Amino acid sequence: MREITYEQAGTEAILEEMRRDPRTFHLATDAPPPLLAEFGPQRVRATPIAESALTGIAVGAAGSGFRPIVNWSQVTFAFVAMDQIVNQAAKIHYMFGGQVTFPMVFRAQVGGGTRRAAQHSQSPYSMFMNVAGLKILLPSTPADLKGLLKTAVRDDNPVISFESGRLGGLVGPVPDGDHTIPLGKADVKRAGTDVTIVAFAWLVHEALAAAEALAAEGISAEVVDPRTLVPFDVDAVRASVRKTGHLLVADEAGPTAGASAEVAALVTEDPETFAALRAPVRRVCALQVPIPYSPGLEDHVFPDRRKIADGVRAMLSGARAA
Amino acid sequence: MSTPSPELQREMLRQMQTIRRFEERASDDFRAGDIYGVVHSYIGEEAVAVGVCAALERRDQIISTHRGHGHCIAKGADLNRMMAELYGRATGYCKGKGGSMHIADFEIGMLGANGIVAGGIPIVTGAGLAAQLEGEGRVAVAFFGDGASNAGPFHESVNIAAAWKLPMIYVCENNLYAVQTPAAKSLAQPDVASRAAGYGIPGVVVDGNDVLAVHAAATAAVARARAGDGPTILECKTYRWRAHTERPNQPDSRPADEIAAWKQKDPIGRLVAHLQAQQGQLTEDEWQAMDAAILAAIEDSVAFAKASPFPTPESALEDVFAD
Ligand SMILES: Cc1ncc(C[n+]2csc(CCOP(=O)(O)OP(=O)(O)O)c2C)c(N)n1
Ligand SMILES: [Mg+2]
Repeated sequence: MREITYEQAGTEAILEEMRRDPRTFHLATDAPPPLLAEFGPQRVRATPIAESALTGIAVGAAGSGFRPIVNWSQVTFAFVAMDQIVNQAAKIHYMFGGQVTFPMVFRAQVGGGTRRAAQHSQSPYSMFMNVAGLKILLPSTPADLKGLLKTAVRDDNPVISFESGRLGGLVGPVPDGDHTIPLGKADVKRAGTDVTIVAFAWLVHEALAAAEALAAEGISAEVVDPRTLVPFDVDAVRASVRKTGHLLVADEAGPTAGASAEVAALVTEDPETFAALRAPVRRVCALQVPIPYSPGLEDHVFPDRRKIADGVRAMLSGARAA
Repeated sequence: MSTPSPELQREMLRQMQTIRRFEERASDDFRAGDIYGVVHSYIGEEAVAVGVCAALERRDQIISTHRGHGHCIAKGADLNRMMAELYGRATGYCKGKGGSMHIADFEIGMLGANGIVAGGIPIVTGAGLAAQLEGEGRVAVAFFGDGASNAGPFHESVNIAAAWKLPMIYVCENNLYAVQTPAAKSLAQPDVASRAAGYGIPGVVVDGNDVLAVHAAATAAVARARAGDGPTILECKTYRWRAHTERPNQPDSRPADEIAAWKQKDPIGRLVAHLQAQQGQLTEDEWQAMDAAILAAIEDSVAFAKASPFPTPESALEDVFAD
């Protein structure tokens, strides 16, 4: 299979979908060269640095029959457009009784590990999960990013694609042809029998490394990658936990009201899955702080393979979560 | 400046009076408890929506504000479905999910009232971009208040529309107040339209209580937009007759003599007088008959709303996502 980077996979997805559908167009404060070269400045627009307007413009164009693709660059800049995201894009289909559809895709980098300090290192996807009316991607591999993003462009709803900044250079196999992945389908990235590790984006790779280390100790860990937060594949996660009896959730965001908390609730509120649990659910998340700059400090704040493996060992030995 | 035909003038009169009678009924039924939440009355400002929309075609798109009933009616919305929406019924424009602040009819290019001050301006600018991409000469119109003109999304949107020559008309309904705050306390100079110079586009100020003047200015701005020459800021000086909302005990600190003076400039009375001054254009009997027909249509809309079912509880889960 062809191997490309996570970043290239995202660009390929947009190129292919813009070729496929002439009603798509691209808005960002910079025009990405490969898109501009192929589609020209009418469909690939460099906007003024006005995130609120460019997000609202996408809403209006979507309601007028187009399929805009917006790149906010980083989620950081999406906060400037919060009214348009939360009050307009998310609610407009419902509020107006479903009169027309609003197909639009918003791309934004999340996560840390790039030494860019607090404002440019954040993972606030659970804030957006809390807003009804938004679909949310959080892919961990080039293939997943490409397949999900292509599906997102064809979806008739606002979809936010949260893309891990530190995975940009990650190389991985991507299927040829029209590769799409349905939203709401988790992927078991490694099968196992003793413990379920649900991890997101970059932490999927850390979880896989932890699972490898644990295997050497005779512990069989299953790594489940939900891939999309909304819709969320609750069935896949519960099925895995019913099999292993143990759940650890790893998230690059802080724990407070995070996606990790949602996963814990979804698992424990299901009677059958709850009955199968043999230990309390454990979370390995970032510390609940703005992300600091100094490398040692930043690395200390984030979870990693070692913290995940330690969490699993502690859980299996019956120790209480810190 | 070409004067609209007598037929069009009478149609504009009919629309303005429809808005006024609709708003009177909405206020009454709000106080009676049949309409919920919040209602912002457009009485006194009818000439703005009607004068501008009379310069548009059905395929053109508009966006409205929290004070949105007038724009709906002027763009040709169905009174029954409007009233049913205010009554929270399943037959309303938004199946009872929107209410007064979220009435929309995308079929006639009415992209919705909006509960966020200035929130609709970027959205309708996106409709303008869609119109430009389609290249079929459609235009888009943002209605917004003097208060909204001080918010960031207004500046961001007008700047983009100017830079990209989008087929837009930005219609500022300057009614001199944002809730209780006089525009004079929020703007260092009186004309919102004068900001147009900063974006390199035309800015026009008109008497917003003179429907013929509004129509003429809008016609020019629409022609410019259709020709691909870009946006215009059209500022209409007007005044709301009622308090900011219909809420009981809504404070209204505006001077009584100021309110009285503006009522003397009633946009409807002015057009009636203008038509009646011309031989055979509107007899008193014709005017009375027009008003009676409007009142009957409003009565019908209330009957329709009252006869309509409330939405089912199950419908709360519908339309979160399009499938
Ligand atoms: C972003 C935002 N801030 C505050 C409000 C509360 N609010 C509703 S209407 C209004 C005044 C708006 O004034 P203007 O734009 O002049 O419109 P008018 O009511 O005069 O028609 C305010 C402050 C709001 N809806 N949205
Ligand atoms: Mg005002």
